[in-house]
Amino acid sequence: MALYILRRVLLALPALLGLILLTFVLSRVIPGDPAAALAGDAATPAQIAAIRAQYGLDRPILEQAVVHLRQVVTGDFGTSAFSGRPVAEEIWQRLPATLELTFAALLLATLLGIPLGLVAALDHNGPVDHVVRLLSVGGLAIAGFWLAIMLQLVFAMDLDILPLRGRIDVPLGLPPRVTGLLLVDSLLAGRPDMFWSACRHVVLPAVTLALPALATIARFTRSGVLETLQKDFVLYARAAGYGRVRLAAIYVLRNAVTVTVTQIGLLFGALISGAVAVEAVFDWPGLGTYAVQAILSADYKALLAVTLVVGAVYAVVNVAVDVAQAIIDPRVAEDGR
Amino acid sequence: MIAPVLSVQRLSVRIGAARILDDVSLAVPAGGTLGVVGESGCGKSTLLRAILGILPRGAEVPGGAVLFGGRDILADGGASARGRIGFVPQDPYLSLNPVFRAGDQILEIMRRHAPGTRRDHRARLVELFRAVQLPEPEAALAKYPHQFSGGQRQRLLIAAALCCDPALLVADEPTTALDVTTQREILALLQGLAAARGLALLFVTHDFGVLASLCESVTVLYAGRVAESGPTRDVLDDPRHPYTRMLLACHPDRATALAGIPGTVPAATAQPDGCRFHPRCPLARGDCALDVPQPVLHRGRVIACPYHAEALPEVALA
Ligand SMILES: Nc1ncnc2c1ncn2[C@@H]1O[C@H](COP(=O)(O)OP(=O)(O)OP(=O)(O)O)[C@@H](O)[C@H]1O
Ligand SMILES: [Mg+2]
Repeated sequence: MALYILRRVLLALPALLGLILLTFVLSRVIPGDPAAALAGDAATPAQIAAIRAQYGLDRPILEQAVVHLRQVVTGDFGTSAFSGRPVAEEIWQRLPATLELTFAALLLATLLGIPLGLVAALDHNGPVDHVVRLLSVGGLAIAGFWLAIMLQLVFAMDLDILPLRGRIDVPLGLPPRVTGLLLVDSLLAGRPDMFWSACRHVVLPAVTLALPALATIARFTRSGVLETLQKDFVLYARAAGYGRVRLAAIYVLRNAVTVTVTQIGLLFGALISGAVAVEAVFDWPGLGTYAVQAILSADYKALLAVTLVVGAVYAVVNVAVDVAQAIIDPRVAEDGR
Repeated sequence: MIAPVLSVQRLSVRIGAARILDDVSLAVPAGGTLGVVGESGCGKSTLLRAILGILPRGAEVPGGAVLFGGRDILADGGASARGRIGFVPQDPYLSLNPVFRAGDQILEIMRRHAPGTRRDHRARLVELFRAVQLPEPEAALAKYPHQFSGGQRQRLLIAAALCCDPALLVADEPTTALDVTTQREILALLQGLAAARGLALLFVTHDFGVLASLCESVTVLYAGRVAESGPTRDVLDDPRHPYTRMLLACHPDRATALAGIPGTVPAATAQPDGCRFHPRCPLARGDCALDVPQPVLHRGRVIACPYHAEALPEVALA
């Protein structure tokens, strides 16, 4: 198993390297002449040449690529053209907010989606199945920003039971940063009031973000369970006298979720891109709002850094998914797939 | 006659328009062995599923009873017999869940149906692994199904069938998925265990050789009905039902589709009226297409053909 994990990690590295090179190419292509872009509209050719020399843009392209790689690996993403502060620092500030939101959404989608898919499959073509199908079609069809606004209208404005925006009630301040995740740090700081406030703030954005993922997870779980129910070993277990609940909820489900788990890894990408809109609506101070701001101000360094960081998180999540696969199905690690 | 441990009485099973079993009766005496033979599709597995209380969704039982230990197990979906009928399935490769340890899968059966603590169960299971001659019985507990060979998996499943001290073992062609040498070992094992523990055995097979060596009596099915049943030796030496006779003449070793005989086994949805074999039977006459033949007793066996005493025309046996 340890060997398997090591192999998955090593396999993820080339993908990350590729991503870094891609961002390098993009950073040289998007701005046209990056030096001219940096120098601004009113720059003279001499100024542009100076900038070109200053940023090493006159060096051979391969050398530039190596420099870029070294910078990225050491966490040096340059300076934001918008704020003038180091991009790495700004991302470090905002990444935990996005992680908190996406993981909360993922948790919600998984904890609800898998049981929903299971009960739908067990009631194949029955009323429960139809209701779940309706929900999952709806979950995929509803536009995230519309749902976000509706949730705000109902729960924050009309009913006034959940906060409208932000991560925590401002007067409470922030817990000392350990992980950057408020839900964790508030508990570490022994501040249940902060934890409760952070919980209340994360509900609406997480629900908005979770809904399409929940729909996908429910669908894949349902079809996985239906497929597994056809297997000989299920018939055998019934003949041998397994209990109905145990058969469905453990014996069948563990087989069925192997497909779902792969989907969860893929869904994570969708969640992060979905977070851009959701963060904007809920004024969530994460990478999504940061990326929007970077786009609007043509801050391509910030944008590339976001791309890289998100790519790295995605890679880590997918290694975790591979490990989860191997835990669920012992054949996975042995096949060396 | 010894009181039967299992008795199937005039059992019929339908799924939609498919009449899969019709009026099937058989009995397995305590400690006795009964073989069920018939071509593919004649309803053998369905019969076992009825006995095990795992008929497919949508199956109806318009009539009949399955008595085990004096109770009709059809009435409670097999619940009262769980754990007391051990089941050895056809395909050891597909019958164990690949993502759970094989030992845990068997322990779960024991947890539900055998008395004692988990510790007792583990100890008993290791004993059983030894009894079915599984190598390294202690280590086997921690292994996953794919870490065993096919023959070893069938041994595991035999151990599973025995784990709750059943009175009856039911096996559905337990060796067809295995190679010939392993087949022989598994059959010898089953036979030895059944004899040593005084178990009754209900054994589905295509193989007349297996039948002859393993089963005291036999029931021959054709298209969901009993064609002939009786002591194995008598039936194999002197088959009386035209179907049995032709089958043994064509395939002295295996019950497979009748080669060179006009017609095919009818689909379960299109069973002919009267005797189901009559469209293919050389002895058939007018009333065979009208009346369901009543089983007749003849020298210790039951034959569902009023003309069983007549000789078959030579061509039919060619
Ligand atoms: N779920 C089902 N729905 C409809 N028909 C079925 C179903 N299961 C089995 N049948 C039909 O019932 C008949 C008997 O099937 P069964 O599996 O009992 O045969 P079998 O004698 O065990 O055959 P084999 O030797 O190939 O295992 C077949 O005609 C089959 O098509
Ligand atoms: Mg069968």
